[in-house]
Formats: sequence, structure tokens, C-alpha cells
Amino acid sequence: MIRSEQDFKNLYLQATQEWSKVESSMDPVMTVGTATCGRSAGSLEVLEALQNSFKTCSINGSIIEVGCIGLCYNEPLVTIIKNSRPAVFYGKINPKRAKELVEQHVLGDHPIPEYALGSLGEEKIKGIPRFFDTSTLKPQVRKILKKCGIIDPTNLLHYVAHDGYNGLMRAMKLHPTQIIEELKSAGLRGRGGAGFPTGMKWEFAVGQKAERKYIVCNADEGDPGAFMNRSVLESDPHAVLEGMLIAGYTIGAEEGYIYCRAEYPLALERLRIALRQAEDMGFIGDGILGTDLNFHIKIKEGAGAFVCGEETALIASIEGRRGMPTTRPPYPAISGLWGMPTIINNVETLASVSLLFQNSPEWFAQHGTERSKGTKTFSLAGKVRNTGLIEVPLGITLRQIIFDIGGGIPNDREFKAVQTGGPSGGCIPKDLLDTPVDYDSLKAAGSIMGSGGLVVMDEDTCMVDVARYFLDFTRKESCGECVPCRLGTKQMLDILNDITGGNGTTEDIDLLAELAEGVKLGSLCGLGQTAPNPVLTTIRYFRDEYEAHVKEKRCPARVCKALIYYRIIPEKCIGCQSCFKICPVNAINGEPKKVHVIDVETCIRCGLCYSSCPVKGNAIEIIPGLPEKVEV
Amino acid sequence: MENVKMIIDGVEITARKNMTVLEAALENGIYIPNLCYHPDLKPVGICRLCMVEINGKRLDVACKTPVEQGMQIRTENPEISKIRKIAAELLIINHPASCLSCSENMKCELQKIANYVGVDQAHIDRLKKGVKELPVDDSNPFFVYDPNRCILCGICIRTCDDVVGVGNFEFAYRGYDEMVSTFGSRPLLESRCVSCGECVVRCPVSALKPKSPVVPSREVKTICPYCGVGCGIILGVRGDKIVSSEGDRDNPVNRGRLCVKGRFGHEFVNHPDRLVTPLIKKSGQFIEASWEEALNLIAEKFSHYSGEQFAALSSAKCTNEDNYVLQKFTRAVMHTNTIDHCARLCHAPSVAGLAQSFGSGAMTNSIGEIAEAKCIFAIGTNTTSAHPVLAYEVKEAVRRGAKLIVANPKRIDLCEYADIFLQQRPGTDVALLMGMMRVIIDERLHDIDFISKRCDNFEEFSQSLKEFDLDTVEKVTRVKKEIIVEAAITYATHKPGMLLYAMGITQHTHGTDNVLATSNIALLTGNVGKPSTGVNPLRGQNNVQGACDMGALPNVYPGYQRVNIPQINQKFEKAWECTLSMEVGLTHTEIFDAILDGKVKVLYQMGENPALSEANAGHALKAIDKLEFFVAQDIFLTETAQHANVVLPAASFAEKDGTFTNTERRVQRVRKVIKPVGQAKPDWQIVCEIARRMKKPGFDFKHPSQIMEEISSLTPSYGGMTYDRLEVKGLQWPCPSVTHEGTPILHSEFFATITGKGKFMPLNYRPSFELPDDEYPLLLTTDRSLYHFHTATMTRKGGLQVLRNRELVEINPDDARVLHLRDGEMVKVISRRGAVKSHIKVSDVAPKGVISMTFHFAESPTNMITSDAIDPVAKIPETKVCAVRIEKV
Repeated sequence: MIRSEQDFKNLYLQATQEWSKVESSMDPVMTVGTATCGRSAGSLEVLEALQNSFKTCSINGSIIEVGCIGLCYNEPLVTIIKNSRPAVFYGKINPKRAKELVEQHVLGDHPIPEYALGSLGEEKIKGIPRFFDTSTLKPQVRKILKKCGIIDPTNLLHYVAHDGYNGLMRAMKLHPTQIIEELKSAGLRGRGGAGFPTGMKWEFAVGQKAERKYIVCNADEGDPGAFMNRSVLESDPHAVLEGMLIAGYTIGAEEGYIYCRAEYPLALERLRIALRQAEDMGFIGDGILGTDLNFHIKIKEGAGAFVCGEETALIASIEGRRGMPTTRPPYPAISGLWGMPTIINNVETLASVSLLFQNSPEWFAQHGTERSKGTKTFSLAGKVRNTGLIEVPLGITLRQIIFDIGGGIPNDREFKAVQTGGPSGGCIPKDLLDTPVDYDSLKAAGSIMGSGGLVVMDEDTCMVDVARYFLDFTRKESCGECVPCRLGTKQMLDILNDITGGNGTTEDIDLLAELAEGVKLGSLCGLGQTAPNPVLTTIRYFRDEYEAHVKEKRCPARVCKALIYYRIIPEKCIGCQSCFKICPVNAINGEPKKVHVIDVETCIRCGLCYSSCPVKGNAIEIIPGLPEKVEV
Repeated sequence: MENVKMIIDGVEITARKNMTVLEAALENGIYIPNLCYHPDLKPVGICRLCMVEINGKRLDVACKTPVEQGMQIRTENPEISKIRKIAAELLIINHPASCLSCSENMKCELQKIANYVGVDQAHIDRLKKGVKELPVDDSNPFFVYDPNRCILCGICIRTCDDVVGVGNFEFAYRGYDEMVSTFGSRPLLESRCVSCGECVVRCPVSALKPKSPVVPSREVKTICPYCGVGCGIILGVRGDKIVSSEGDRDNPVNRGRLCVKGRFGHEFVNHPDRLVTPLIKKSGQFIEASWEEALNLIAEKFSHYSGEQFAALSSAKCTNEDNYVLQKFTRAVMHTNTIDHCARLCHAPSVAGLAQSFGSGAMTNSIGEIAEAKCIFAIGTNTTSAHPVLAYEVKEAVRRGAKLIVANPKRIDLCEYADIFLQQRPGTDVALLMGMMRVIIDERLHDIDFISKRCDNFEEFSQSLKEFDLDTVEKVTRVKKEIIVEAAITYATHKPGMLLYAMGITQHTHGTDNVLATSNIALLTGNVGKPSTGVNPLRGQNNVQGACDMGALPNVYPGYQRVNIPQINQKFEKAWECTLSMEVGLTHTEIFDAILDGKVKVLYQMGENPALSEANAGHALKAIDKLEFFVAQDIFLTETAQHANVVLPAASFAEKDGTFTNTERRVQRVRKVIKPVGQAKPDWQIVCEIARRMKKPGFDFKHPSQIMEEISSLTPSYGGMTYDRLEVKGLQWPCPSVTHEGTPILHSEFFATITGKGKFMPLNYRPSFELPDDEYPLLLTTDRSLYHFHTATMTRKGGLQVLRNRELVEINPDDARVLHLRDGEMVKVISRRGAVKSHIKVSDVAPKGVISMTFHFAESPTNMITSDAIDPVAKIPETKVCAVRIEKV
């Protein structure tokens, strides 16, 4: 139990000793990334294989489960740390390769460059680049992610060894007004999507007189494809707890809630473990660090509603009511949970707060731009080589992220657009690739930063279909409370379905834009106010694709099934019957050694024939447009 | 309330400080389109139509924007137009386009919006239509829920949550699929719905609409004929039939809200079974007769009897004027004071008890003060069933932070709102209340200042608290000590505290003691004579307060002036120009004994049904059959009227002018809506005609207003009541002169006792007369259904029967198990006085060892088995406690 500064100093010593068991142990140490991304790639099987290997070979070492380092395209990830040599990161490991690693590197002292991603430290190993010098990692500035994939998230001492809870110690020596000043001069803006200055938000709550105040961590992370918060919760959960404690101390709240979506079972598990550890150690509870500060945290699971990531709907959900937003003002900082002043911050904001107070406002503000200070995590997904979690200084350009860190578009395809900010965001086209990634620049381009989702699209992506895809999501997730969103998203989706289904008219594009404006202006909450963004940006930047769909009944990207057809190129066909055999609706007339023909009327555009053709360069082509009549 | 000056569309407006921009605009004649707004409900801002531009800077919904000094509002700009146009068009294409055949045509708020915004048909045609085909719920007998017409404004949800407090509706599903639903999507009839119709009247479209609505050709304001709350209603008439009933928003009691009976319980008025001609029994059969024949017969017969041979039973359902005339007839023409009415069976202890402690036996405060109380102690009242609109106020008080203490042997619906629930055994209220008072004094929480300045007899009273230590009280009442302490401290420390009570307190052999216990605890805590305090008996019938005020009681004239006081006797002899007896007459319960003893031979009964309402009803029926001459005057041929010699058709409340006095002493105007059906006549008129035929002066009234003139000249508390003064909001007595504005709160400076101080009454606990024993091991108590009223003469005449149509003995699951009974089974309930058959409802609402029945259903006449042991002072029978056993059938 930590009851004084001296206790904390002793704990820190204990923690550094614990950490040195990992960093500089005489016995070999292996880490395996067993966060959700790792697990879905098979890391638990790798873990088991390693444990068996160690046993069989009677190795006196330790295998530690760590979190997510962000190199999702390379999972399962494993590191080998031996006192004598630099630690090496290995990627794409399976049980067979794991065994090889144990035999060759652990026992044999021979790293395997073929599987290696990089090494840590000054000394260089032949054939293996320095990990943080690789093109993916070099442009990154990892602060939030620094400990992710490195420490054992279930070991409190690992956290403390990396300055954990030192931020709380420093903050508790400051007056709340000083804390607000530091937040303001650091320029931290909310990382959940709205980008509201955190210092200002906390200041509102500090000024309120009320019988109770609350801190709420928004861990609902509803954007499809976004997993920044998930990774932090699974890999470094104490960072969030510490941030909440600092917030509680500042505004005078004694209770905190973490609202975490139920679809993150591992995150919830790690949070619960961390919470218990923090309580046992005395960081959370009554009389924290021997002062009269009390703070208790409860975890509340979400129940499958995207709208509950909106702060007032989240509050309703915690209160046991139906998760629907209420109008603001009043803002939660004035009147939130049970009518009391409530600070709601995103996971990453709170983790940033911890880091800020573990270091200094200057340290925080050294990266970023004038109005968007610091670093931010993003999830890079879609048509890009290196998918995963990254952390970059704000102000870096889209081009740098996609082509330097992301490694560019695979399969020699051309970049077309990048969707930022999830379903609330917009699509940014090629000629705006040099847009800096900061709150204001993205807004000017018609999009938003959002929680950090970046989905890369290439020439094979139909932008109309993208708009339809996101609108399908928001229409399903609309709570239904207000007229514009409830009825407008459905209406827009119906129109987009018509357009992609080949039934659109030229008036539909303008109608769509008109509806989008009305929904954006009239909706009660952020969901409805931003749901039209994908529509508005795609019409703005890719109107030609819309027009092709409605005027020429043609999907240029060859995605919308109603507006494409498949054709066997007679000159290339070798008559092998591969496509004929695989067609599920018998649409192919294919006699052996004769040129095969697809009956476009019967064809359902499933694409199986296309993937089955063995001919180099493919004897089947996908043609945008309505099929001409072809003689069978 | 401060005012605020602001500008809307260039027009300078003065608004009250707590208003929203929308309210300020509407009040000043500026229309801002809105759909989800309703003046009775908290605004939610979800339809987005009332968007306005604020101070040239931002857009926000006017319904949730508070006004500010100097605010500049524009109700139109290009962005707002965009929003409204899109919102209106989307609503329209998702709504069935069948206005002409819709019951809301010309009243529909969606039509209003479409009209205001302006709809371009060509534009609408470009949008994809989305009318759904959801099933329509017509399970309820009175209204229909059509989700296809619903615009999801949420008004019905907020109404049911915050006006009625039942919470039957909520939004279900999400987004485009969102719909208003009951729990588990049950049809309304199977849900928690109490059929009050408050949602129906507020629905802006026809998603909730009355079944077969008929637009009235004219409407008349009057007062509901059911319970003692006295809600203002507006009856709609088409031709000579009543076709609708709405709440009167101008009435200060209910402010437009009603319950299921007030809103839908008027089918009895035009029912085919109404008595339309006089009936004379000849050879055991009723033969239709003319008024001439019937009245002559009665006048002739009556003139053969007088004094103690005659008894009259007056009606708590009839007007003050009817009651005044009947008691005048009884006293001036028949020379007896033996007139009584059903108050004897319900609130006689209130009158007798509070007369001793406060000097006046009526509700001390007013209904409108309930919502402002900080503590409400509801003991022996199933308020949501028997006084529903008053219960709305109790729930509102709780919403505003008041503490609610409910004391009731059954877990009644009001317990959902209660902070503390005391489940005392029936008949142990003196012990419970005295035990609480002991705690209050031990904790030094009693109001010493109030006691010393305004009360008498505290010493003797506190001596009597000796026997009420917590252990004893816990044993007697079966309520845990801790809860008794909590309740006592809560009531004593959350002021102002208002105590409400009804039959659970009065219908006992110690009913007067029970009432005195309530006045004791109110005095003890200084909770009398101030706003939102007091001892508040909830009178059951629509005019039982008035019937008492009018002296339809054997011991008093109108205004509770005692018959056996010489000066009073002289006053009335002079006014009525006749001689009057000074002998106190017989009470209700005593009348039937006197009939059996052969003393009373003639009974003139107006609007009462003792065959079903009298405890130990078999005894009453035996008496009735022994009468030499029995006249029954009523609107239907009731179970009792069937035993009469002459039956006279009376006009219902909707067919005559007059006044009712509600439980808060408010005298309100009852108005003639249609002419009496058939040959029916107003009760007062019938009595006058009999009197005139008997050649007696003083019965020449041509109009009820003249009767009121006479009443006010003789009754000090009604001294200032005239029809002109009663026209708009009624007046609460005492109202001694025509310049007096009425009295909302009694005893604020002096009590009406001789000393002017409130009197503490020492009490001891006396157990109920007939408690369970080996032969009759269960305790039978009685209760009420929301859907019926007393002997159900008026309620078993229409759709209310769909909601409930049979007796159900409520029995605890443990008791049912021991007797091997299944839910819904038919059983025989047997007491020493008889047996009754009924189905059962196994429910843990009833505590172990106690079963509960209503008395609404003639096929299961509960009062055949109840006990007629009476309270020695008030003479009320102990309907709430008797011993029974159950046998399988």
C-alpha cells in the first residue's frame, strides 16, 4: 500500500528491479504479443508452442505476454531478449517458426534474419535492421504507444518502472488551476474526435459547485476499423487509470466510470486486472497516497450501440436509460451524469494526460502544429501495405503516413482516396495528399480527424459504394430520436442503393446533396451531424463517379455489381473449364478446349470465375457498364 | 418572477425569466413550428423543427433555449428553411396520406407543419416513400394505437412517465425501425396501461386515437361524477347523446387531467337500462306508471307515517341541492332526524374524529398543495386506484424530491414510488402511528413550539404512549422496528409533511381512534395549518363531502349545526316555518336494526345501493324486505331498488344543474348537459313534488340556484356561495360571505375547537372485532379496482367491463400453496355471515394470511360476508377486517 512519497520511491526501486528481469536478465526472456490482433493471427498457439519448447528444452527463461505494438500486418509478433545481445523483434511467427526461434536464437544464439523485423539498441546484427529505423517506424513518435507491446500489461510494476503513476504524484503537488494551466499550455485537445481543448473542458468542471462530480472514460470506440483505444486498454491500461485519477483530483470528483464496449472482452479483462492492482496498491480507493483524496472507478460495459459513444447518450446508458443523446447545452462539464458536473474524455486523451504529467507540458508540445499539439495514434487500414497502429506528430502529411509509414498501395495499384475519421469523416482525394493531419486542415478539406481511423482506397474502390457502405452503418446505428437523422439517413441510403443498383437518376445526386445538408444541419447529435460527411465529400471530389453511375449506368471502379459485367477474352481463353466448373449458377458455356462464354443475363457477378482463371494476366475481364447482348 | 425583454423577428417581447424561447414566442402570438413540444411536458428538442437563430451566431432548438435579457432571435434564415423543409418532407413521406378519412383531420399537428413549411408535391415525389405496415393495436376498449401513423415525437412516452407516472411506453428498437412500444411489445390491454387516455389527448397525430371518435356538436363543462377529487370535465354532446369527455384545463383541481373513469366512464348516461319511467310494484312485478300515479301514491303513503317510523337514505352521488332538499323533507315534513348516507360506511370516523381534535372534520389542506410537500405519508389509501388524479400529484411531489411513506397491508401500486413501505397488519394503525409518535418524541423531533402555542392535552396524550414501545408495536403491526423508526424520523424531519388517508384508516371498529392517531401525529410535528401539510381524508364519492355538509346526517343540520342544540333548532324552525325534532336520529347501520325491530317502517332511498355496499349485507336485505313501504329513487334499477315498492327514475349528474363539493371542500358547479332521459327528473325536483303534494311549504324551488341561496343563508361555511361566484373555479369552504375568497387551508390561525387549539387525544390499541381463528383462519380485507366504482352501477355499463369484469380474490402465493389453489381457480369465501363465490388471483401484493376483495361485482357480493361490528363513536362498520376461510369449489 502506497501511503507516502517514500513508499512510492520504494515502489519505483522495486519496479526497476522487476523490469530489469526483462531487459537485462541473465536468462532468456521472450515476449509474445497476445492482444486481440495478435490472438486473431494465432499468437496464443505460438505462445503455447514456445512454452512447450522451453519445457522440452529445459530452458530457464520467461515468456511474457505483452500487448499490441501496432504492426498488425506482422502479427504474431515475438521478441527475444538475451542479456548478451540486442533484443530482436520477429514477425509472422507460427508454432513451427517459434520452435525454430527457440532452437536457433534462444539456445543457439543465432538470430534468424528471415523472420526478423528489427533489433533494439545500439549494436547491430547482420541482416537485421534497427527496429526503430525501419521505414514504418522511423517517422513515428511513439509516446502513447511507447509501452504497448513492450511491457506486460498485467504487471503493475512494469508500468511503474516506466514512470507510471509518477504523473499522479506530480499532479497531486499542484493546485488544480496549475494543472489546468499546464494542460492549456501543452495544447492537448480531446483525442476522441471533437478535438475540444482538454484544459478548457476541465476548467468548466472545476468552476462548478456540486455535491458530486464524475470522471468518465469513453472507451466505446465505435468507429468500424478503429482500434487505437482497444490497443491502449489491452496493452497499457494503467495509463488510462492514472489519467482518470489526475482528472478526479483536478475537478474534485471522487467517482469515475470507464464505459467500455462489450465487444472488447480482452480490454475489459485487462482493465479489471489493472483496476484491482491499482486498488490493492492504494492508487485507487480512499485516502490515496496518504492524502484525503478519494477516487473509485467502476467499469460499465456497453451493449452494442455506436450512438453510446456520443457523450450524452453514454451518460444515459450509465444511468440505466435508453442510450439516446440529449441536446446540449447543458454540456456534461456543467450538468452530466445524474445532473452533476462530469468530464468525459477519450481513452487516448486520458493516457495523454498521464504522459503529460509524467513529463511536462513542454515535452508534450514539442511535437505537432501550432493549433494541434502533440502526437496522435491512428489506425491505418485498407489498401495499404503496412496496416496497423501508428503514432505520429500532428501535422505530418497524409502522403507521409500512407506512403512512408504505410509503404504505399500494394499490387501496383494507384492511390485514390483516404477516408479519415471513420463513418463521420470524409474522403480526401489524391490532389490533397499533402494535407497535414491536424484538426483544422482536415476540417477544411471537408473531413474530420475523428478518433483516428485512416482507410486507404485505391482505383479499385468505388467511391459511391464507399458512401453507401458508411451510410449503411450510420443508418443502422442511428438511435432514431430526431427526425433528420432517423428518416434522412434511411432516405440517403435508399438513394445510394438505387444509384449503386443501377436505378439512379441525375436528379438523385442533387437530391442526395440536399438531404445531406439538411441532415447535417438539423440533427441533434454528432452521429447525424456527421453521417452525411462521406456523401458530401465523395460528391465534392468524385462527382464524376456518381455521374457515371447514373448517366452511363457504369461503375468505373468495377465494384457495383449491377453496373459491371464479366467477359471472357476470346483471344486469351484456353478452354480449361476452370471457370465453367466453379460458376455457381451455370452461367458459363464452357466446352473443353473451346473458347468459353459467359451468359451475362444469368451471371450474378460473384467473381469466382475471375479468381479461378489460371491464365497469366487473366482471360476474364470485368467491364464497367451494362452488358451488351452477347451471342452465347 | 422577473421579466426579460428580448426580440423575436424584430418584435420586442416581454417574457418571464424561466421561459424558453418557444414558450415566449407562442405566448406572444409568434408561431414557431414544433411537433415534440407540449406545454405540460419537459421539452426534448428532438423533432428539430423549432430551430431558430440565436444572436446571429448559432442555431439551436427554441424549445430548450432559455430566454435571456436582450436576446435576438430570428425564426427564419436559409439554413433553418433547409432543415425545416427536409424534416417536414421526410415526415410526410413516412406518414400515410389519408387525411380526409383520418380522425385528426383539421386538428393534426403534422398538417399544421406541412402547411406552414409549404410542401412541394413534385419534390416529395422524388423521395422514396416509407410507410410501414405495422400491426395496429386495438386491444384497449377505448382507444387504438396505430404505429404506422406515429411520428415518434415521444409525447405519449413523456406523458405516461411524467404526468401519469405509469411509464407504460418507451422507444424500442433503433433508427428507422424505432417505434413506441410497451414492455415486451405487449398489446395495451396486457400492459401496464391504466387506460387514462392522457396519451391519446396529447398525441399530435392519430397514432393514438379514441375508438370510433365522434365530434360533438356542443360541449358543456361540468364535474366528474365518480370520486372525491372532483375533476373538471367537458362533456361533448351530439343530438341527445353524450359522445365524449375531455378534461377541463381551466379547472384548478385536475388542470385537464383525468383517469379512465372520468374520460371514458360516461357510457352509463345514455345506457338503455336507464330508468325512464316510475315503476310501481304490483303483485311482485314492476309496472310502469305515470309520475302522477307514483307521486300521489308516495305522498299518500308517507302521510300515514312520521317521526321514528320514517328513515331516509340520501346520496353521496347527488348534488348538494338534492341532499339539502331531502334532509329538509325528512326533518320538516316527516318530523325525524333519521337521515343518513353512505358516509356512515366510509368517512364517519373522519367527521367524528377530526371534530374532536381539530373542531372540523374535513381535509385540512388542498389537492394543489400536494406537489409542494416535502413528505407525503399515505396511510390506508390505495390512491392510484381510488383517487387517480390525486395520485398524479403525489408522484409529481416525489419527482420534485419529496419523501413518500406508504403504509398499507397490501403492496399497492403507489409503493413503486415510495421511499418507505410499512406493511402493517390490517387493523393495527393505532399501534403503528402511536409507535411512530413515541419514536418522534424519544428522538426529540416533535415541534415543541407548535405544541405549546397551538395545542391542548399534550401531557395526557404522551402518557398514553407508554404502551407503544417499539417491541410491542413491531409485534402487533408486524412491521420491523427499523422501518418504523425510519418512517417516523422521515415524517418528522421532512417538512412540510402531508398525511393522506382513506378507508384503511376509517373502516374499523376503532376507526375514530385511527383518525385521532393521524391528527395526533400531525399536531406532534407541527404539520397542520400550513401549506402542504395537514390531515387529509380522501373522500370517496364525488359529493360525499357535500352530502355531509348539507346535513344528510342524523345528528346535524347543514353546516354541522347540531340538531339537539336549542338555538340551532330554533334557527331552522324559523327558517323552515315548521316544528323540528331535537332528538338525534338513527345512523345507517342502526336504521336496518330499527327496521328489523319494527320501529322504522318506511324507507325513502335516494341514489344508494346497500344490498351491495352495506357490511353484512344479508342483514340489510332482511331488513329491507321487512319494510312496509320502500321508495327507491335512482338512475338504474339497482340490486337494492329491486326490493322497492316504488322506483322513481332520477336524472344523472349530466342531466341537471347543481353543485358537488369535492374532498378539498371545493364547491363546484355541475351543469345540465342533456335533458333527463325518458321521464327522469332531478332528485331535488322529485322530493319537492312529493312535499308539495303533502301540502308542505318551503319546497317551491324553481331552479337549483335558489336552493343554494337558501343553503347559504343557513350554513355559515357556505355563506358566500352563489352560482355566480361558483361559476369559474368554485369556492372552498369556509366561505362565510360574498366577499370571502374561500379557504384553501384550515386551522392556519385557530382550530375550530372551542379553545381554538388542536387537541391531542390519548389512545390505546384495541384489536379488530373479528380476527382469524382456527375455524376462519384468513383475514379478509377490502380494496378497490381502478376501473370500477363502488357497486359498479355506473361502471359496468360499457368498455370498462373489458378492462375488468369479475371479482378476483387476491391471495398470497404461500397461502394459495397451502390450500392447493391455482391462479384463476374458483373458490368459496366463507365467513360467519355467509359465503361468496369468486375466482382467485395469486399475487404477492397480498401479505401472508390476508386476502383481499373489492365490492364491485354483484355476482360476488363481498359485503354478504363482511363484518358489521361498529365503531362506538362513528358507528361505521368494520369492513376492513373479518375472519374467513376458503374452500375449493
